[in-house]
Amino acid sequence: MTAIVDYGVGNLFSLCSSLRFLGENAVVTSDIGTMNSADRIILPGVGAFGDAAQKLRSGGLANTVVELASAGKPVLGICLGMQLLFEKSLEFGEHDGLGLIPGTVIPLYGKIDECLKIPHIGWNALEFKKPSVLFKYIKNGDHVYFVHSYYASDCEPYITSVSEYGADVTASVERGNVYGCQFHPEKSGRVGLAILKAFTETEQTK
Amino acid sequence: MITKRIIPCLDVKDGRVVKGVNFKSLGDVDSPVALAKRYSECGADELVFYDITASAEGRALFTDILCETAKSVFIPLTVGGGINTVNDFDRVLKCGADKVSVNSGAIRDPSLVYEAAKLYGSQCVVLSCDIMRQNGKFCVFSKGGRESTGLEAIEWIKRCVGSGAGEVVVNSIDTDGVKRGFDIELLNAVCSAVSVPVIASGGAGCIEDFIDLFKQVPDIDAGLAASVFHFKEVDIGELKREMYKNGIPVRM
Repeated sequence: MTAIVDYGVGNLFSLCSSLRFLGENAVVTSDIGTMNSADRIILPGVGAFGDAAQKLRSGGLANTVVELASAGKPVLGICLGMQLLFEKSLEFGEHDGLGLIPGTVIPLYGKIDECLKIPHIGWNALEFKKPSVLFKYIKNGDHVYFVHSYYASDCEPYITSVSEYGADVTASVERGNVYGCQFHPEKSGRVGLAILKAFTETEQTK
Repeated sequence: MITKRIIPCLDVKDGRVVKGVNFKSLGDVDSPVALAKRYSECGADELVFYDITASAEGRALFTDILCETAKSVFIPLTVGGGINTVNDFDRVLKCGADKVSVNSGAIRDPSLVYEAAKLYGSQCVVLSCDIMRQNGKFCVFSKGGRESTGLEAIEWIKRCVGSGAGEVVVNSIDTDGVKRGFDIELLNAVCSAVSVPVIASGGAGCIEDFIDLFKQVPDIDAGLAASVFHFKEVDIGELKREMYKNGIPVRM
């Protein structure tokens, strides 16, 4: 069973539908017991980092995610959920993340060509940087769907793929059993489903 | 590099994809769910569902169809038609829409764009605009292009983007249905006025029209069409191969 953490941020309909489409038992939950008994955890998220981090902490869910990740349970952060895995973000001030992956989330603004539009929205190609369990069923150059204005930096050792958008934008990261996708696999057609399928095949490592 | 998007638009009335005035029957593909699946499989980058129903029963049917589509089609879905309040945003977002497009609703109540962007984020709010030339000016029309609003199009679009619209669909009434190509002049004018993604609509008749669009309006992000896809006058797979051959960035 895969638990999708519900902390009041974003629309979980598509994520839930895509996992069920793959035959996975997906449960949208904010219950710590359910998260404990899940085989793996997905941390979704849309919106602003500071607000999301606060909501995740206020329900005690932040600690649960960190504990479960430390115990070896596979955790996948998607979009803002991926950004929350990092130490901190510079979106509207400075906010602490979960610290599961070293690195800082910074604005695209100032890092990419001025003529490029922000947010980075649309389909972009993945350029693999390292092998990843999540790439089991996809190939280098496959396209995925992005919507974001901030991205993870200072995290080179953990970057598994980037997308070119005036700079190498961190597209996916991996540190042990902790995974992150800046793009939306649940909106990335066949390629996205293949990434989610690979995640649903991960198992507790410890 | 970000790719140029190809977006089929499905006009839905009382639960079915509607045929154009002089068009032959859509036959076995007039189920919106079946058509959405077919488009997704052949490479559509996004789908627009446009609700042209007036009745409450039709609205309920529409949201059922949206739910059913969103359960089996995993590309971005935009919903438009009958969006007048933030409650309308809520209604379709809960059924699996990713973006919501506003047109007449924003003209009636210009604060709708701002309120929706504040609640759901700019990435969720698409301004759709029906534009026709009058006395040499680009003018905004409402109610599906039937009623002149007196608004100058470029100013209106800039104002809505300033209020939080994250994307703009530009429907040219002058080129719509004529199938002689997109409205290059209008689209260039809009693209140079705003920095959010702009989607071209109205006028596509063949593959070449899309190639011309992306070459002559370099800042355009997407091309949208309905009947040419429904009646297979333009095959999306073939269109994308032609775009690729012409050096236009495309998701294959």
